[in-house]
This record gives sequence, structure tokens and C-alpha cells, in this order.
Amino acid sequence: MNQVPKISLKGVEKSFGDKHVLAGVDLDMAAGESMVIIGGSGTGKSVLLKCILGLMKSDAGDILIDGKPANTGNRDAFLARFGMLFQGGALFDSLPVWHNVAFRLRQGSDRLSKTDARDLAILKLRRVGLKPDVADLFPAELSGGMQKRVGLARAIAADPEIIFFDEPTTGLDPIMSGVINELIREIVVEMGATAMTITHDMSSVRAIADKVAMIHDGRVQWTGAIRDIDNSGDPYLDQFINARAEGPIESVR
Amino acid sequence: MIVLNFFYGFLASIGRSTLALLVSIGRLTIFTGATLSHIVRGPFYFRELGLQFLRIGYFSLPVVGLTTLFTGGALALQIYAGGARFNAESVVPSIVAIGMVRELGPVLAGLMVAGRVASSIAAELGTMRVTEQIDALTTLSTNPMKYLVVPRVVAATLVMPLLVLVGNIIGIMGGYLVGVTRLGFNAATYIQNTVDFLVIGDVTSGLIKAGVFGFILGLMGCYSGYYSGRGAQGVGQATTNAVVSASILILSVNYLLTELLFPA
Repeated sequence: MNQVPKISLKGVEKSFGDKHVLAGVDLDMAAGESMVIIGGSGTGKSVLLKCILGLMKSDAGDILIDGKPANTGNRDAFLARFGMLFQGGALFDSLPVWHNVAFRLRQGSDRLSKTDARDLAILKLRRVGLKPDVADLFPAELSGGMQKRVGLARAIAADPEIIFFDEPTTGLDPIMSGVINELIREIVVEMGATAMTITHDMSSVRAIADKVAMIHDGRVQWTGAIRDIDNSGDPYLDQFINARAEGPIESVR
Repeated sequence: MIVLNFFYGFLASIGRSTLALLVSIGRLTIFTGATLSHIVRGPFYFRELGLQFLRIGYFSLPVVGLTTLFTGGALALQIYAGGARFNAESVVPSIVAIGMVRELGPVLAGLMVAGRVASSIAAELGTMRVTEQIDALTTLSTNPMKYLVVPRVVAATLVMPLLVLVGNIIGIMGGYLVGVTRLGFNAATYIQNTVDFLVIGDVTSGLIKAGVFGFILGLMGCYSGYYSGRGAQGVGQATTNAVVSASILILSVNYLLTELLFPA
């Protein structure tokens, strides 16, 4: 019996003026799968995530979550199924760390009390390797790596079904990148969540991915299991993962 | 041929500017409508509203107070010098009071708060836009219009009349200080003249203007920041746009309101 994909993209298109960033993306993700999207800068990877979340409206195509169109039904209930770690963390500067982590849990009619939300935030901060005394600091007082961890704690705070990671290791040193990659992998497996990660970092790809999809020219150029990535036979993927200047992908875009 | 190309290029640039202007007007109209609609629909973020009262109102008091104090003093000197030409020096207290509460209080406070607050709102929201904090709010099931825009616009609208009320009193006091210490007015007579010639309509008209100016500066700060361009340059441009557009709108709406409230 065919399982309904958790996320299914069919012919998704998005243009900005004359620039066709997504020119018909087709992609299926099974529940509990960790999919990593790779591709050159400006190939529309972040745009794809934003289209799925409804932060941007796609021009054409279908985005299905559990077989149902993403843009129908209650918007808050839809978004409550997602967690997202933004590229720069996107932590709210004006709020202390614990409030950032517990932000979603303090919204809506069934919101947690301040004490419960703070306790839960501290629990999530511990899960990402941060001490409780970080809870009362403000984001500006944290290092880049700590901000990523706080962002990760916020993404998992409400135990979402689907988690998006937008370039989770950008700007971090190799050791901290390794720590974040490990955390992402552990948390995704532990929660049984479906994860979609965007990255250029091949060490992240190998650490996080069950499956890999490469986007080029607004379409999925190659998709397959992580174990097949080195012998795909696809010249575009080969050039990308081996970081070669020569190949079918133009270095000046 | 070259002349024709130049002419077409000229026409095209006019067309592009006109379209860009129409797009901006349309987007601002939609933004204003959305703001008004979110003001009357929950959820309401009262903590944010309280915070904005403090930021926009309380922290603007020194700016408004100093502006109106010195303006009141200068006004007294000017009216005294002008009135002396017609032996009408005694009108100083009443004209200072009327000028302050009807016109200078709301307009100067509006412009000063636009400079202080609209710019800071635009910079804050612009930075939030650039660093994806506004997107993050949405993914956390929080409508940025309700969480960011409504508290700022409502706080600015409600707090401006209070600021202007305080500014009016300080401005009249500025006139009083100059009148009594420099122009030889009797203190009791100065106060008596101020109170006698001022009617309640003078004060309320100024406060109505203040509320409208508060709405304008809050809205323009939020609008410019919300649609900020990328990077430091985008945020800088948003800040400039907020102050310039809020100031021009305040001055033009002031004329319209004056026509409406005090028809010739």
C-alpha cells in the first residue's frame, strides 16, 4: 500500500519579476524522513520553504501536507504543526531567551502560564545543551552557536510534526557545526519528526540526511538516498558535492 | 532618431514613477485598512500595548516638553514685539495660549515625535524584517500585524493627545516665564488673561489633531519598517521614508483639520 507523503510538492512555481526562481518543483517526503535540499546560492531553496509555510504565495503548483492542500483550513492549526530554525536564528531581540523558546506556548487560548512556559523552555534549552542560566539572558548576549541552539530549542518547543532547518550551520566554526548537526539528527530521530533542511554544507548533508534533493534551474535536478549521493552519475550533483569550479553548473550566476 | 529615443525614455521614466507612486498608494491604503481591521479584532497584545505607551509616550515627554517650552517663550517675545506696533502688548498671554493649544502644540509635538518615534519604529520593524523575525512570528502562529503594528499605532494614537496636553501646559508656562521675567507682565494678570481667553474648543481641537497625528506617525513608522528593503541600506531608507512621509502628512492633514475645525 502506498503511504501518503507527509509533504508533497507538485509543479511548484515562483517568480520575482522576470526571474523564475522555482520553475516546477516536484518532491515527495515521507513521514519521519530527514530530507536535505542542496543547491547553489539563489536557486530558490529558502523560497521553497517559505512557499510551503505560506510566508510566500507560490505562483502555480500544489503543496500538499498529508495529502491535503496547505493553503486550506485553519492557518494557526496548520502552522502549529511546524517548527522552523531560521538561518540567522531570527530570535526576538526584545525578549529574554526563555520567552523566545516558549513564544508559541504563550499564545492562544490554551497558553501556558508564565511559570510553566519558563520551566518548559529550560527543559528544551537543556535538550540543546544550554544551561538554565541562559534563560534570562537576551539574544544579543549570546554567541552565534548559542543563538542557533536557542533557535533550535524554539523550533522544537511545541513538539512539531515537521521541522524546517534553513542553513543551520552557516556562520559557525566546524566544531560548532558538528555539534549542531548532531543535535539536529538526534532530535529529529527522537521526536520522529519529518525534517527538511537547506544547506550548502556537505558535512551537514552527510550528518543529517536520509534523502537528498538537489535543486538547479528552479527544478529538482536529482533526488535519492544519502548513500547514493557519491555514485549518482549526475554531473550537476557530482560537481556540487565535490565543489568543482568546472562542470555543467556555471560558477557565475 | 536620438531626439525621439530621448523623448520616449523621458515618457517611460514618467510612466514608471507614476506606476511606482500608484503602487505605493495602493499598498499604503491596504496596509491602513488591514491595521484598522486588526485593531477591532482580537487577539489583543496588552503587554505590547503597555510597552509602546511607555516607549512612545513617556520617553517622548522630554522632547515634547523642551520643544514647547522654548516655543512658548519665543512666541511670547514675537507677539510682544509685533503687538507693540499697535499698542497691543497685552494680548501676549491669550495669543500664546491660543497659538499653543490650537496649532503649535499639536504640530510641533507631532513633528518631534515623528522624528523620534516613527524613525525608531521603522528601524525596529525594518531590522525585524531583514533578520526574518517577522517571518518567525508568523511561523509561531502570531500575526505580525496584530503583534507589532496594532500596539504601536494604537499607542501612538492614544498617547499623542496626552503628550500634547502636557506640551500645551509647558508651552504656556514658557510664555508665562518670558512674559513675567522679561516683558514685565504681572504674574496673576498673565494667568488670568490666559484662562479668560481660552475656550474648551481650542483645547479639544488641538487634542483631536494630536490623535490624528499620532495615528499618522505610528502608521507611517510601521508601514515603512514592515516593507523595508534588504540590508542596512533598506532599513536606513525605511527610516528616512518614515520620518519624511509622516512629517509631510502631519503638515498637510493639519491644514485640512484646521479647515474642518475652524472654517473661515
